[in-house]
Amino acid sequence: MNKWTRRAFVTTGVITGGVLAIGVGIRPGKRTRKVADFIANENESVLNVWLKISPDNTVTAIVPHAEMGQGVHTTLAMMLADEMDADWNQVRVMEAPAKKEYANYALAKGYLMGDTDFPSFMIDTLDGFFLAATKTMNLQITGGSTSVKTTGIFGMRVAGAAAKSMLLQAASEIWQVPVKELQAIKSHILHPSTNRSAPFSDFALAAADIEIPPKPQLKSEKEFTIMGTSPPKIDIPSKTDGSANFGIDIHLPNMKYATVKAAPVFGAKVKSIDESSIQNMPGIRKIVNLGDAVAVIADGYWQAQQGLKKLSIEFTKSGYENVDQNAIFLQFEKAMDKAKKSNTNKIDFETGNANIAMQQSSHSIEAEYRAPYLAHATMEPMNCTAWVHDDQCELWLGTQNPLGFAAEVASTLGLDVDNILLHNQYLGGGFGRRAFSDFAIQASLVAQEVHYPVKLIWSREEDMQHDHYRQANISRFKASFDKKGNPTAWINQFVDKHDPIEAPYIPYAIDNQLIHYTDSKTHVPWGFWRSVDHSLHAFFTESFIDEMAHDVNQDAYEFRRDLLKNKKNFIDVLDLAAEKSKWYEPLPENWGRGIAIHKSFGTIVAQVVDVEIINKKALVHKVTCAVDCGFAIHPEGLKSQMESGIVYGLTAALYSNISIQNGAVVQSNFHDYEMLRMHESPEINTYIINGGGKIGGAGEPGTPAIAPALTNAIFNATGLRIRELPIKHHDLTFREYSINDVV
Amino acid sequence: MISLSINDKSYEIEVDPETPILWVIRDIIGLTGTKFGCGIAQCGACTVHLDGVAIRSCVIPISAVGSKKITTIEGINSSDGELHPVQAAWISEQVPQCGYCQSGQIMSATALLSRNSSPTDNDIDQAMSGNICRCGAYGRIRKGIKKAALEMSEATSNKGTVK
Repeated sequence: MNKWTRRAFVTTGVITGGVLAIGVGIRPGKRTRKVADFIANENESVLNVWLKISPDNTVTAIVPHAEMGQGVHTTLAMMLADEMDADWNQVRVMEAPAKKEYANYALAKGYLMGDTDFPSFMIDTLDGFFLAATKTMNLQITGGSTSVKTTGIFGMRVAGAAAKSMLLQAASEIWQVPVKELQAIKSHILHPSTNRSAPFSDFALAAADIEIPPKPQLKSEKEFTIMGTSPPKIDIPSKTDGSANFGIDIHLPNMKYATVKAAPVFGAKVKSIDESSIQNMPGIRKIVNLGDAVAVIADGYWQAQQGLKKLSIEFTKSGYENVDQNAIFLQFEKAMDKAKKSNTNKIDFETGNANIAMQQSSHSIEAEYRAPYLAHATMEPMNCTAWVHDDQCELWLGTQNPLGFAAEVASTLGLDVDNILLHNQYLGGGFGRRAFSDFAIQASLVAQEVHYPVKLIWSREEDMQHDHYRQANISRFKASFDKKGNPTAWINQFVDKHDPIEAPYIPYAIDNQLIHYTDSKTHVPWGFWRSVDHSLHAFFTESFIDEMAHDVNQDAYEFRRDLLKNKKNFIDVLDLAAEKSKWYEPLPENWGRGIAIHKSFGTIVAQVVDVEIINKKALVHKVTCAVDCGFAIHPEGLKSQMESGIVYGLTAALYSNISIQNGAVVQSNFHDYEMLRMHESPEINTYIINGGGKIGGAGEPGTPAIAPALTNAIFNATGLRIRELPIKHHDLTFREYSINDVV
Repeated sequence: MISLSINDKSYEIEVDPETPILWVIRDIIGLTGTKFGCGIAQCGACTVHLDGVAIRSCVIPISAVGSKKITTIEGINSSDGELHPVQAAWISEQVPQCGYCQSGQIMSATALLSRNSSPTDNDIDQAMSGNICRCGAYGRIRKGIKKAALEMSEATSNKGTVK
């Protein structure tokens, strides 16, 4: 990844010599002239905000998304380069600065509104109107598996196509030949009939005078030369020799280190600090009371940590000191009972009349599922380096939302957002956690107290106990069947609803459905956790559909397949997973096989788990994964994301459990919040279908289906239906499945 | 004053002898490829070599190093800058995702291969289960180790033929 030069940030208003910039309003006097200052060096042409061409003919894709291992820098650059017919070997990537001009919230929003290839809002991206409209939104998010399907399609591809069109036009004028006789190949313009060829860079300045085509012609899938291939990811070499810079790796002259302890019970405040308890410790610089947390600044991180450990801090009571995990689940149960009794559930989805169908049915089954709070546990603990100087605040960190962070820090410090200079680094894991700015706000407040830069690093314990958690939940189901064993009704009630809306919906053709929920808030902070609500509801719905199949003595795969009726894309994915997993081949004793399918973020994923039960524990041997995200831009990257999502989901299913005791989180580190490790990691085989639908996400869809695929496999092996995660809490001894097991 | 050899370079440093190796390497020497993950030897992100043996640098005080040589991720390629076969395999298998744990993974893998030139799956499980990868790259790490082992044994046997 290219680095932002310091000059690029501080020379606002001064255009560097030789830069001729055009594109999204990069015309004199317009907003994006400023953008040119951020991204252009001398003698570079900025063809629009998404790319620039340098005199050495390198094309730099300017990507407004954070790289956290999902390969977004590579994938988005591929989309731009392909449309532009750039030489992939001469393409570089630069992460967009945390500036309003790169807000992408509206891209995501616009995508949700429009299905067409050329919705009107996208045309607006080319005249700058649309970007101006996003100015107040302060969002530059990498999350929701949206980068490819929004920025990629409506930003990168269009920008690449527009740039190519402008370069061809410029060449046509300079060479005095019709544009239709010209071709763009590997970062060169060719005129075959006169055997002329010249690099893009020769035409960059002239292209700047060409009007931007309002509707640049995008390639059809058949014309792709880069999209659909799997070039090595741009960020990988630096991640094998220690040179990749994460937020935690920043070093600044005269920098000091800090660490922090927040009130263990959410909502409590600092009551008193006994500074004398660490006064004589070497290297301690300052103690900062942040209101709900205390930071210690020292010459080294180790010293800060030792100081904080010894520091006597008293916290106020927040009123949640008596809350424990059982009380939280009890609260959920009561809220659900009450909502059912008083008929005050909020309707989420309804079709037919499930209650009447239930009454007219031949028989019905019920079950209740539970899932715990989950922490993100990114490998890189939360950290941020902040330096408040000259009426501005500079931040170095890894964030999934640079612009949002800058805005929040600005409002915390009472600064104009233009005076926040945020330098985003590689993220040592995101998974949704680095969309929350608490640690950056802390760092800026600490830095405000001193005249030197401060690197604030949370301990793993702090990271675990002050996360924004995937919510705990209870989900209740009832399903009815007719005499032939066909499902007639599906009733689902759960607690709280966040995102995405469709997470609890099922793809199955059941005529009468009632999906509803009731609110039951707790004091535990909520956060986006890889796949968000999908991580809960896929476990609930795909477990219960399995129970239904078993109830009517049907094969778990065939039962699903029948209920998918006309949904060809779903059936294709399910069939592929079943076929590749050798679904019908018998397994050894104490082994089981389970299947699940779930669509999230526009991508359909089916997974089959082969599990062995050894010493009452589940050992996952093999996962077969089939995926259809419409079109895989970088197939190997998609496979990596499936592998990653599967291991993330397996870890959660088997082990992860954040529990509350006396109002605070019990777990503190990897010894009691266990991770799947090498010796337990399964063979994973991923098979891709390019189903041709709208492009879906890749970062999250691998996670939701794996928990139910595993618990369904455990049921297949043991007869034990796991209705509460994590699996480690269960004794996996073989038992006969009986009707009494159904709650 | 404590004398250290890190990546074949000598250092004299003034530091609290209780300071873990990790923070000396990162904050004092300035080699940031070695990562902080948990502070209690549970995740392996801080793995370095002490006389060629993989250790968790977040829990071992600098005073315990003595005359032993420390090698970090920055010191495993050859003196002419050629990548270690494990690093090369990591690139060809496209192992890293977020990459934060990978220095530690690579240090554990290189230590394994230096004492066991053709590790079995079980050997890999044993040597690598102290290193957590939250991005779940375990399958690719396993393939990477096997590929590096093969490359290293081919390199050795080639030398043998020349002789």
